[in-house]
Amino acid sequence: MIAWLKDLFAAPAAIVDAATIGTDRGPSTTLARQLALVIDLNVCVGCHACVTSCKEWNASGSAGPLVDENAYGADPTGTFFNRVQTYEAGIFPGTDTIHFPKSCLHCEEPPCVPVCPTGASYKRAEDGIVLVDYDKCIGCKYCAWACPYGARELDEARQVMTKCTLCVDRIHDEQLPKEDRKPACVKACPTGARLFGDVKDPDSEVSIAIRERGGYSLMPEWQTKPANQYLPRRITEAAAPPTRSGASPAGPTDAK
Amino acid sequence: MNPAFSVVFFTTLAGVAQGLVVALAVAALGGPAVAPGFSATMLAVAAILLVLSLGCSFLHLGRPARAWRAATMWRTSWLSREVIVLPAFIAVVVLWGAAVRTGASPLWTQVAFPVAALGLAALLWLCTAMIYACLRFIEEWAHPLTLASFVFVGLSSGFLLVVAAARVAGEGELARCCGPAAVVATLLAGGARLLALRRNARIRHRSTLQSATGIAATRLVQTSMGMSAGSFNTREFFHRASALGMRRARALLVVLGFALPALLAALGLATSASWPWLAAASVQLPGLIVDRWFFFAQAKHPQNLYYQVVS
Repeated sequence: MIAWLKDLFAAPAAIVDAATIGTDRGPSTTLARQLALVIDLNVCVGCHACVTSCKEWNASGSAGPLVDENAYGADPTGTFFNRVQTYEAGIFPGTDTIHFPKSCLHCEEPPCVPVCPTGASYKRAEDGIVLVDYDKCIGCKYCAWACPYGARELDEARQVMTKCTLCVDRIHDEQLPKEDRKPACVKACPTGARLFGDVKDPDSEVSIAIRERGGYSLMPEWQTKPANQYLPRRITEAAAPPTRSGASPAGPTDAK
Repeated sequence: MNPAFSVVFFTTLAGVAQGLVVALAVAALGGPAVAPGFSATMLAVAAILLVLSLGCSFLHLGRPARAWRAATMWRTSWLSREVIVLPAFIAVVVLWGAAVRTGASPLWTQVAFPVAALGLAALLWLCTAMIYACLRFIEEWAHPLTLASFVFVGLSSGFLLVVAAARVAGEGELARCCGPAAVVATLLAGGARLLALRRNARIRHRSTLQSATGIAATRLVQTSMGMSAGSFNTREFFHRASALGMRRARALLVVLGFALPALLAALGLATSASWPWLAAASVQLPGLIVDRWFFFAQAKHPQNLYYQVVS
């Protein structure tokens, strides 16, 4: 804390230096195991099956119920742990439409955890999942302010903070067949865009995918070390150079 | 951010009370003689303001009945530290007031309680400011000017109130001692806020849509945020005021919060009338409410990058 304060007061009043202050977040504890999702942006088709499947499982599981307000009205709103967003990259006609699922990234340095005044937000030592203890949460919303990704949503009916649990009540349930011990979103994805596993195990499916296909983190500038990673779009190279009459790629192909 | 009025009123009223207590403590420690009746009344005013602000802070909680739990994580959380320091500060102010009223030994009323109150007021400013300044990716807040703003704004409002009350109550010596300090604190507060407003308006955020999604295209736009009618993310982090509204709020906070009070206080220094001080204190409070609202509204949360377009 003292070093932290020194940083704060030492920082000159310049815009460029604003981000360098407050980088001391205490000693980082490296966990032996870190469960996470790896999302393949090549194959996500934006069907929202992961969104509805997540909602179905978690509304009736230990994390629920997740309120839906005005569900059949003009402005329905509700609590979700997972959203699928859509982005357009590049300049017409060389544009890419990229569907982008977004949920809690289960950071290895989660900024939401140390700020919690009650200890309701915590990171599990055994598998690295970031969870909220709904019985301790006072609904102050400070953890949501402290998450740069907007991964946390306050449940308006229960007035406690909620977030993706990585289906913690499912992945460790030995009553379920082994192939079902995966997050609901992973099970629901029809294209296999969501991989699940231990990113600390170098031989796991997720580690191999990150290693071989250039997995990356969101907002690396804040050093939160998200456990969830994304696999970038791959542009397929043509087998032979395009002929004069053949269609050459139009527009910039600067989408990653 | 979408400013929560509970937090706006909480931090503004607590700041007034902190400045008020600091003025009384400094006066008790080495300044002018103050009638015990006046001290006790002003300490009661401070206690009432602090209890009101504590009540406002409860309004911010989804589960206020569990608020006691917030004192547990003081090792890591500035919010938890604030939750401990605020009741301690209230207790010291109330006990000091009681000691003054009952005519306790000057060792208590002139030394022990003033020193404790000074320390706790400073700690409370530190905790409140660090709640915001420690969020490194809210770049408008992650800066020493946040702490300077909270301290100087509190001192300015508290000192103006003390001088106004002292003039009305005929505590001429106290008013003469605190008057220049009130003007200086108001100028410092206005300076700190103007610097912060200018810095925040020019800030170039480190996070971009490209870093938020990892898609390196130079032209990258959201076509859908994933839902049609909003969520907690769109309610909590967007203030929804128009650009014109923001400009008006900015002008209002500069004039009402700092410029006019400083002018009135300077006029109060030049004359022996009490009305300029009363006017300064009463004009400033609404200005500071707007100022604190603006402090929240001006901060752009990086999560907003993910919530741009409904389709």
